[in-house]
Parts: sequence; C-alpha cells; structure tokens
Amino acid sequence: MRDSLIKVSGLNKIYRTDDLELKVLSDINLHIDAGEFVAIMGPSGSGKSTLMHILGVLDLPTSGTYYLDGQNVGSLSDDELADIRNKKIGFVFQAYNLLPRTSAVENVMLPMDYAGIPDTDQLILAKRVLAMMGLSDRLDHPPNKLSGGQQQRVAIARALVMQPAIILADEPTGNIASVQAEEIMAIFQKLNADGHTIIMITHELNIAEHAKRIIHLFDGRVIEDGNGHQQRRISKKL
Amino acid sequence: MKPVKLVKSGVRNLMANKLRTGLAILGIVIGIGSVIALISMGESSKRAVQSQIQSIGSNLLTVSPGSQQSGSIRGAFGGATTLTNEDAAAILTASSVTTIKNVSSEYNGRAQVIADRNNTNTQIVGVQPVYAEVHKMTLSSGSFITGQQLSSMSRVAVVGPTVVEDLFGENANPIGQSIRISGKTFQIVGVAVSKGGTGFNNQDDRIYIPLTTAQKQLFGVKHLTSIALEANSELVMTTAQNQVGYLLLERHHLTDPAAADFRILSQEDILQTASQITGTFTALLTSIAAISLLVGGIGIMNIMLMSVTERTREIGLRKALGARKKVIISQFLTESIILTFTGGLIGIGLGVVGFYIYSRVNSSAFVVTPASVLLAFFVSVGIGVLFGWYPARKAANLQPIEALRYE
Ligand SMILES: Nc1ncnc2c1ncn2[C@@H]1O[C@H](COP(=O)(O)OP(=O)(O)OP(=O)(O)O)[C@@H](O)[C@H]1O
Ligand SMILES: [Mg+2]
Repeated sequence: MRDSLIKVSGLNKIYRTDDLELKVLSDINLHIDAGEFVAIMGPSGSGKSTLMHILGVLDLPTSGTYYLDGQNVGSLSDDELADIRNKKIGFVFQAYNLLPRTSAVENVMLPMDYAGIPDTDQLILAKRVLAMMGLSDRLDHPPNKLSGGQQQRVAIARALVMQPAIILADEPTGNIASVQAEEIMAIFQKLNADGHTIIMITHELNIAEHAKRIIHLFDGRVIEDGNGHQQRRISKKL
Repeated sequence: MKPVKLVKSGVRNLMANKLRTGLAILGIVIGIGSVIALISMGESSKRAVQSQIQSIGSNLLTVSPGSQQSGSIRGAFGGATTLTNEDAAAILTASSVTTIKNVSSEYNGRAQVIADRNNTNTQIVGVQPVYAEVHKMTLSSGSFITGQQLSSMSRVAVVGPTVVEDLFGENANPIGQSIRISGKTFQIVGVAVSKGGTGFNNQDDRIYIPLTTAQKQLFGVKHLTSIALEANSELVMTTAQNQVGYLLLERHHLTDPAAADFRILSQEDILQTASQITGTFTALLTSIAAISLLVGGIGIMNIMLMSVTERTREIGLRKALGARKKVIISQFLTESIILTFTGGLIGIGLGVVGFYIYSRVNSSAFVVTPASVLLAFFVSVGIGVLFGWYPARKAANLQPIEALRYE
C-alpha cells in the first residue's frame, strides 16, 4: 500500500504547568492521504487547534510519531521544519495572525519572501490571490483598517499563495457571513479538485459537510472518523 | 530577504517608536562623537609637536646647568651657574669631541624694555653669530649679530615680531630705532621672522643681543644658561651626547655621571616628553569616550531586547510562515545596525564640528584623518553587530507556537 501523506501514530500532547499536568491529546492515530478534504470537529477545548498545530509542524508532540510525506518530523532541524511550513503547508490561524502595520498585499507576500521569489512575481501573485478573495480594493490596508472578515480572508489568501500541497485552516469561516463562507468553501473545493489536501477545523456542520471526511475530537481523543452521514448521527447523539 | 527590503522594514519598525529609537541613537552619537573629537585633538597636537621638531632641527642638543641632585641641595632648573664660556670653548676644541659642528653659547634673562612711551617685560637672549645657524633662524629685515659686534660688546639688538608689535605697533619698521633695556640704550639692527609658538614658549617675544654685552653690561654674570650644540648629523646624536657629557664631567671634576651638574637633552628628548604627556592625556580622554560608547552599545542591546520581547508574536508568525533562523537574525541585526550606523554618522558629524570649534578656539591645526573617521564608522557598525547579536539570536530561537501565544 502507498504511504499516506500524513501518518500519525500513538501521538500524545501533554502541557505541564508547575504541578499541573494537562493531557490535551491522547493516543491519536491518523492517516490522511494526498487529495483528501477533511473537517475536524469537536467541542471547544477538545484539542482541535493543538492537533492542527502539530500537523502543521508549528508544534511538536510530547510523544508518538508523525510522518509527513514519508519524513519523520521529530528528526528534523528547526530550519528544515521552517522550509516545510513555507513550501508544503498553508496555515490559516484561528486568530488570523496578520503582521501589524503591514499592508494586506505585503502580508500575503511574506511567505514568498522567505521562499526567495522575486519581488515583481510576488506582487502579481499576491494581487491575484487577494482578488480571488474579493479584496482587490483593500490591497494597501493594514490589518487595523480591515474588518474581522476581511482580515480572515487576507489570512486565507496568505495560506493559498504558495500553492502548498496541504492547506490547514483553523475555523476559516468563523467570522465570515454565510454567503462569503460558501464562497470560501467553493474555493477550497476547487483547490481540493486541483489536488491540494485540505484539513479544516469548524464548529458548523453545514461547513463540515463540504468535506469528504469528518474527524470528531472529544477530550483529546478521536471518537469518530468517517463520512458526513455518520457524522450527522453522532452530532445528534452528543 | 534582499538587503533593501530588510533595511526598509527595519526603518519602518524603528520609526514606529521614534522617541525610543532617538534615545538609543543618541547614546551612540555621544560615544562616537566624543571618540572622533578626542582622537582628532590628539592627532593634531601630535602633528604640532612633529612640525616643531622639524622647524627646530633634529640634530640639536641643548646643555643646561644644574637640575640634578648636587650634594643635598637640589638646584632649581637653570638656576645653577656651573656652565661657563670655557666649557663651551672646550666642546669646540677638545679632540675627544668629534661629532659637533657648531657650538652656540647662550645667556637668557628677563628685563624691562622701553621704546618711547611703550614698555614691555621680555626675554633677552645673549647670543653669538652662530646662534642663527644653529637655531635655523631667519630675519625679515636687517642683519643678525656679527662677530665684530660680539667682540666689541656693541649695544645692538635683533628683535622678534611680537616685541616689534608691543613696542612699535603692527607693521612698523624698527630698524635703526633705539630701545632701552634695563636703562641701557640699544640700537635695533634686525627683525626675526615669526616662528610661532604660544604663551611661555613664544619664540617671537624675544630680543637677541651680543653674548658679551648680555653677560658683562646687562646681567653682570660669567656663566651661561645654555649651550646649544649642532651635531654633524642626526645619526651621531647619542655619540655626541656621550662625548660632550664625559668632557663636561671631566672639566667639572666629577666621576659619577649620576652626580652631573648639567643635562644634555636632544630636541627630540624634550618634545618626546611633551608628546608623551599629550599622548597620555589623549589616551585617558579617549578611554572615557570609549566607555561612553560602550554604554551606548548597552543601550542598543537593551532596546533590541525590549523590541524582541514586544514583537514575540510577530517573530512567531514569521517563523510559522517559513522564516529560517538566519532570516530572523538578519532582520534584527539590520535594525540594530541601522541604529548604530545612524548614530555613528551623526556622531562623526558632531565630533568633527566639535573638533573644528576646538581648533578655532585654540588656533591649532584642523586635521581630521580619514583613518579615524573610518575607524569610528566601523566601530559603530561593529557595536550594532556585537550588541544586536544576542537579542537577534534570542528572537531566532523562539518556538513558533509559544511565540504566537505570547501576550
Ligand atoms: N500552552 C498551553 N499550556 C497549557 N494548556 C494549553 C496550552 N495550549 C492549549 N492548552 C489547553 O489545551 C486544551 C486544548 O486547546 P485547543 O486550543 O487545542 O482547543 P480547541 O479544540 O482548538 O478549542 P476551540 O474550539 O475553542 O478553539 C485547552 O484546554 C487549553 O486550555
Ligand atoms: Mg481552536
């Protein structure tokens, strides 16, 4: 059998604060193949963002292994991890995390800067992606002059601009009106059709239903992993 | 990232907190400015000493009486009467002294000088004709003391330009005029060319008269206050010093050189002492300036550490988007170098202006060596690297998620 793009086994994440020990993720086993569109659901505090950060090599597990594209992530150096984040993964943060005092277009250009793409190409690509997100008339606005929804769309544009193999989105429609949320889902579905692997966190079932597969987390464990129909059943039970 | 972009974003970040940036730069401005000003002052006084050596001649030896411990009483410098006309004659004729070309016997004293209504108190130098050659002295008008005037004990005088100014006014021609020195009338026969020098050592504020006249008629003495010796060349200075030294010890019936009642100093010895003193002084001031530069550097480090802490989230984000350590380090180093570079430029400017004012006030030479400017420039950039390195490393080693969570 061909190796999965993402292969997580026996993964635990424990936070230690003074005398307190908090097990946020316990014994996660997960295989995600290239080209999948996965939604992660679960109540607040169940560990969704924590898992997403580990999958995006922004954070490392306390124990267990994570193979990304056949590479053991735990054995890589800081700079190698940085390169993976830069080229293979596009991350949309729950809190947008845009650079302050920096225009929308420059925010989108940042990852291309670190990839060494020439300035003129950066500008063309950034404008194109922002246009796709309906922000052509906000190119030079810094984050503090954008609405929450606009900031979120800039963050999505920044995640897409490098055409990464994997797009990780932490509640990408959390602050967006439902009409625009549908537009973003359409973009994700088109990207998925083009071969990008998409993993997104969401609280809303109608958003999750755009995915082909839904993983449900509860208290740091995967309690259900399947297609949309099974998911509906479980949501009702909970 | 390209350097231009690094600098642009660095400037933007620094401009976000103008007051803090300005204060950090000020620390470097003060440090670099004082270093530049003090190095330049030191350099200018060193050059002044060097040009003085050249104008006086480097093959000149001066024998002066006393000053060494004689018995238990220490004679005041130049106050002893141990140096005589015979000593000078012996140096010229002794077969043991082979390295001396010219011997100039001199008697130095102060006296009141009157011309018409003006009067001044100045230095009177009793000289022989050879004085002009030994001291590389030239006249702007008239002639120097002649052998004939010396042997006939004439009352003639050659005056320095400052004396002319004091007694007759600027640009006056005093040749042929009479002056009264300690009540005796002298006729001016020559005016010396200005040699410069200030205050106590003003070589222009002097009156030269025949040695015989000075000793017998004016001061009533038999001794000399100094003997100037011109050696055959610069290369034989030490030999000359030894030959003359042993001759004079023998003539003064002394066996122990440590008990000598005279000193023989080369012009270089004297000026070396002078430049050593100015050198030590400059080094001291420069080290104080260097300390202020160090304090400025610590200020830079402090600002950069604050900036790293404040921008922890930004650093976390940049790392999350794929910035390698090197990129983060160069970003923060660029900012600290911008600070010290700007401070260095302003500091060099202010230091040069400060030194210019100093040189105008002291009428000393205004020489700013490119070396000192270059040094200050590299030092300021170096301080940016040195004190920016630790904060930059600290930023680069942050873990992305922890940094993004930082409040
Ligand atoms: N650095 C940390 N130190 C201690 N505990 C942490 C830390 N980060 C997260 N946690 C805890 O881990 C748990 C899971 O957090 P996580 O952000 O993954 O939840 P989530 O499922 O994304 O919730 P939400 O839907 O509200 O975003 C929470 O209880 C949180 O308090
Ligand atoms: Mg979350």
